[in-house]
Amino acid sequence: MQKIKPFDHLILILGTLFLCLPVFMALMSSTHTAIDIHSNGLFLTPGDNAGPTYTKVLTARGGFTGDVTGLRMLMNSMIMGIGFAVGKIVLSMMAAYALVYFRFRFATVIFWAIFTTLLLPLEVRIMPSYQVMSTLGLLNTYTGLIVPLLASATGTFFFRQFFKSVPDELLEAARIDGAGPVKFFIDILVPLSRTMMAAIFIIMFIYGWNQYLWPLLMTTDETFYTLMRGIKSILQVWVGSQIPDYNEAFALAVLAMVPPVAVVVIFQRMFIKGLTESDK
Amino acid sequence: MTDTPIADMPDAPRRSLSARLSDWYFAETPNPAKRVQFSRPLTPWIFLLPQLAIVVIFFYWPSVQAVTSSFYIEDPFGFGSTFVGFENYTDAVTNSQYASTAWFTALFCVVVTALSLGLGLLLAVKADKVIRGAETYKTLLISVYAIAPPVAGLIGMMFFDMHMGPFTKLFAAFGYDLRVGIDYWDTAFALTVIAVWKQIPYNFIFFLSGLQSVPVSVREAALIDARSGWRRFKDIILPLLAPTAFFLLVINITYTMFDTFSIIDVIVKDKPANNPMTLVYKVYLDGFKGNDIGGSSAQSVILMIVVAALTVVQFRFLERRVHYG
Repeated sequence: MQKIKPFDHLILILGTLFLCLPVFMALMSSTHTAIDIHSNGLFLTPGDNAGPTYTKVLTARGGFTGDVTGLRMLMNSMIMGIGFAVGKIVLSMMAAYALVYFRFRFATVIFWAIFTTLLLPLEVRIMPSYQVMSTLGLLNTYTGLIVPLLASATGTFFFRQFFKSVPDELLEAARIDGAGPVKFFIDILVPLSRTMMAAIFIIMFIYGWNQYLWPLLMTTDETFYTLMRGIKSILQVWVGSQIPDYNEAFALAVLAMVPPVAVVVIFQRMFIKGLTESDK
Repeated sequence: MTDTPIADMPDAPRRSLSARLSDWYFAETPNPAKRVQFSRPLTPWIFLLPQLAIVVIFFYWPSVQAVTSSFYIEDPFGFGSTFVGFENYTDAVTNSQYASTAWFTALFCVVVTALSLGLGLLLAVKADKVIRGAETYKTLLISVYAIAPPVAGLIGMMFFDMHMGPFTKLFAAFGYDLRVGIDYWDTAFALTVIAVWKQIPYNFIFFLSGLQSVPVSVREAALIDARSGWRRFKDIILPLLAPTAFFLLVINITYTMFDTFSIIDVIVKDKPANNPMTLVYKVYLDGFKGNDIGGSSAQSVILMIVVAALTVVQFRFLERRVHYG
């Protein structure tokens, strides 16, 4: 009884064009020369300058920032994304396990101390956070880039909900078999959480990879620059230059968006599950 | 076996204050504790230690410092600081630039939230309806979610470039001279377009999964009851989507307040001159570029209160949902 409705498709096509066309044009324009873009505008067709542009962006030292190559920034972004995701999963699973499966003094106080962090995003305390980091000597370190971002309890909240949905019988059975808390956690709960861990990993990887403000403040040493930080640098160089390096900026943008977009497209189902079904 | 199972009385007449508080805060059904728990004095602390350490060092310490330094004026040359009470707050609030920034932030929140929610909903409803190509639309629309705000800002900047930007050319064709980065409202327009563009996929994902969780029986009943598609949507689907919409409302407001930082930074490039900016961007400019630590902290604290209020509202009314980035 459903017939094809051209109007619905029209709206969807327009929406898809609005969202995807800019990305496509950025991709295509990155394969043209800067002069070409400067005189002709953005492109919808591929050019023949992809090789030189991407080689320069990936490998040229001082291509736009001084002494960091695109490859280095790619690696740093990777470290940031994976480090953040893994750190988040490990920390929050452990904390959630303690909160759900143990009866201990001050449990309520601890619960509130951890979950209050959900109230305030990092952005509202950037200045004092920066001061704390410089007091601790963590500026320009991977620890300083990743660890402070782990202070928010989103993951803990997620795993707490999940653990609460795990049937009590599992623990009873495990205890009859003589399993202690550590054994129960590693041998039963962790394998049981595999899907959840994957879903959270995808979301946290994208979150870590896409961080902008924090790396901007934490890194002055260019060897720690992530791709997001590189975008800031490439724009700063533009001031006063004759023809801006449009092609290199686009190439950098493409590098910065390909990994997270690929992750979302490949693991689409798991990603949506992690994002929307956090309460199940 | 040293552990003793703890039987939690399921219908205990009096529940503790904190338990009721937690139910209220997280809007949970009252079924909190596990029937069986370990009771060992030390083990839970070992599991909690890493998270607690990080929360204390990187959350509580800086938050407390923000509050304390908001009551001091720091000497710009580093020779100590003077206690000034609420002066930083009164200075911040009475500053005319602060007022205009606050107004812009509020307006920006309203416009970005309304547009990205509306467009996200429209696309979700259509994507839920069509059969042919549904998966392709979905994948394409969702993939933009993964693009970082600064990358969106960079691409947007190119589209609004004064020399070769397609949007600038388009406006020129209608005789309007679009000057993003120079003209206040032109920049505001560009920021809005980019911010909405970046946020549509997020709203789309949630609305679509909300729509798809509407049971088939309800849809069929609706089909019999209401012939008009619009009435069906307005009277049946929309109320069912209300919790999702309300959840997204709060998320979109926090997004516009905070996550647009990088879009603004890319477009405005540290040169606020005559450009619009949000309150968070002003905290950053005053603190890091203007070296006004006390003033910046006072603004931080004001923002903290606003966000905390928003988040409590979110948790109170919105089931157990968390924003994951």
